Amino acid sequence: MKTNRRNFLKQSTAFGAAAALGPSLYAGAARASGEIEVGILFSLTGGLSIIEKSLADATMMAIDEINAAGGVNGMTIKPILEDGASDPKTFNEKASKLVIRDRLQTVFGSYTSASRKAVLPVFEKRNSLYFYPTYYEGFECSKNVVYTGAVPNQQLSNFIPWIINTLGKKKFFIVGSNYIYPREMAKVSKILIEQHGGEWIADEYLELGHSEWGAMVSKIKESGCDVVLSNVVGDSVVAFYREFKNQGLTHDKLPICATVTSEIEIAAMGPEFAVGSYTSFPYFQAIDTDRNRAFIERYRKYVNDPNAVTHHALESSYFQVYLWKQAVEKAGDISADAVREGIKGQVFEAPNGTVTVDPENLHTYLTPRIAQWGADGQGTIIDEYKEPIEPLPYVAYGETPDNLFCKGTGLDTAKL
Amino acid sequence: MSDIIFIGLSLSSILLLVALGLSITYGAMGVINMAHGELVMIGAYTAVLAGIHLGLNLFFALPLAFVTSGLLGLLIERVLIRRLYGRIIDTLLATWGVAIVLQQLVRLEFGLSFFGIHVEGLGSGLQNMAVPAFLTQPVDIAGFTLQPYRSFIIVVTLLLTGLTWWLMYRTPMGAQVRAIMRNPQIAAACGIDVRRVSALTFAYGSGLAGVAGVLLAGFKTVMPEMGASVVVDGFLVVVVGGVGSLLGTVLAAGILGQINGVVALLSNDIIARAVVFAVVIGLILWRPRGLFSFKSR
Repeated sequence: MKTNRRNFLKQSTAFGAAAALGPSLYAGAARASGEIEVGILFSLTGGLSIIEKSLADATMMAIDEINAAGGVNGMTIKPILEDGASDPKTFNEKASKLVIRDRLQTVFGSYTSASRKAVLPVFEKRNSLYFYPTYYEGFECSKNVVYTGAVPNQQLSNFIPWIINTLGKKKFFIVGSNYIYPREMAKVSKILIEQHGGEWIADEYLELGHSEWGAMVSKIKESGCDVVLSNVVGDSVVAFYREFKNQGLTHDKLPICATVTSEIEIAAMGPEFAVGSYTSFPYFQAIDTDRNRAFIERYRKYVNDPNAVTHHALESSYFQVYLWKQAVEKAGDISADAVREGIKGQVFEAPNGTVTVDPENLHTYLTPRIAQWGADGQGTIIDEYKEPIEPLPYVAYGETPDNLFCKGTGLDTAKL
Repeated sequence: MSDIIFIGLSLSSILLLVALGLSITYGAMGVINMAHGELVMIGAYTAVLAGIHLGLNLFFALPLAFVTSGLLGLLIERVLIRRLYGRIIDTLLATWGVAIVLQQLVRLEFGLSFFGIHVEGLGSGLQNMAVPAFLTQPVDIAGFTLQPYRSFIIVVTLLLTGLTWWLMYRTPMGAQVRAIMRNPQIAAACGIDVRRVSALTFAYGSGLAGVAGVLLAGFKTVMPEMGASVVVDGFLVVVVGGVGSLLGTVLAAGILGQINGVVALLSNDIIARAVVFAVVIGLILWRPRGLFSFKSR
């Protein structure tokens, strides 16, 4: 039903637009022969710019590398950069500009779920493709988005059993920022904790950006938990870890196990506050391979900052451009429909290892890893899967590899 | 139990720290200074920059931030606010504009980023101020965990409050300030240089904001937007305490901080915040001029 309505919408818009614009509509993005235009949409200003600027840089770097190596099918990629200004409404306007006025078939962008949700209708209505590089909460199944960040099962299905079995911690205090990502992560965590014989004794939330952690940390102290699972996001992370240490809690007795604390937050809080705590991500700057070391070196040179840090969403921003390139080469066409077909099952050797786009749900196979933070602000990888695992965006609702909810044909809503 | 009181005391001291400067600029001079939060932010950045570029720790950063924010406050008063005395809504808008300008100046590294120059410690990113190690190691005293950094904030706040009280009630300058608060025309008629005293008072209030910024930097993230949330809490305290009343400000900060701490521990911080606002509304309905007030200009 949903697909039918979507097709109908697509056809009627295409008809309306074609009537107005003539035959130029679908030829748009390849206007000048020898050039492919793509959009890049991140916040270059505002509160989120610190992280999103690095994602835009990584995307630009990949494009420059591809162009320097001869482009895509002999054509040069021409990026059109827009600023989402840390505001979902602006994201929507800029997405409309890129898709409707510039008639682009592909846009790389977004860090927050809020901005992705804001641009989604534009891409679905105009049938363009959006490449989204950030770890997110799942519960989405759009054939107009390629998701290259981790979904909850890729951050938690290794983490929770490892905490229970290897660390030997069984009583979880779950704490997060009060919005969709931490709440969905908590939902998945609880399922996994109960499956593996642990228990969760609290599930608490604070406003996004909250910086007074005195009462919460005191509550953690009194609760009798032996591990803290943190889904705290943004600058609150800094205040949290600092208060944790100031109240005399140490990560060797009561470790914080986090799903969002990356190299960026560690640098912002001062590494001494995080020493000994853990994070689960598919990518860390500390991954000890030649490919990753070369990647970090190229990135630092590109942004002209010898101390720049790399992190999970940044690495995804980089390799998703290559996935797109391979899809265009396979399809021999840059239209969204052709690239969508082309990218299914596409494999790339990324800095974190082999990544593969799932042909059904357009999410990405990634390798779960756990790192422990050291005094230098870098993680030491202490656990990793041998191979990438399948992305399951609906794992909180019972999705398993044998029973997929999100398929190429769309979301099976009967299973929810 | 002592834990709860300590957290409440700590919250109160932070509220008071921010409100102290505000109670002077708003209370004494009738200026709704929306840029107060940004003066706090400038204080925090002074500490960050002093740490990175001069190798100075927290203790040296405190006087430095007082001077920096104080001078900046003096400049704002000289250039802008002195033209707007008595026009309370206009000062609100004008100082809000100043707040935006200050935020952007820090974010754009005073314009240097346009020329590709990057100053470490400025820009739109998150910064942090190093806290001396002995202030982060908690001490156990008879089963009670004493947090040195929060205790340090409480002590500094008490000292600053004492200093402000002494300046206001025990010096000739303070007497002049209080005279201006009551009635600026009569004060001027009695030979008080209203302009000069007002400028110095504003600078002092701004300097206090700078000190607050340094102390907040120890446990908050330093970023260009950090002042915005701070200034709201500051106004709550000043309005509840009674405009221009130092005692009222201290009492209001104490009450609101304790309520926040207790409710946050019993339920959670989100409800605590709601309860605090409910109490503030109740208090304002009960005493529209604040807990302590006198007829002023």
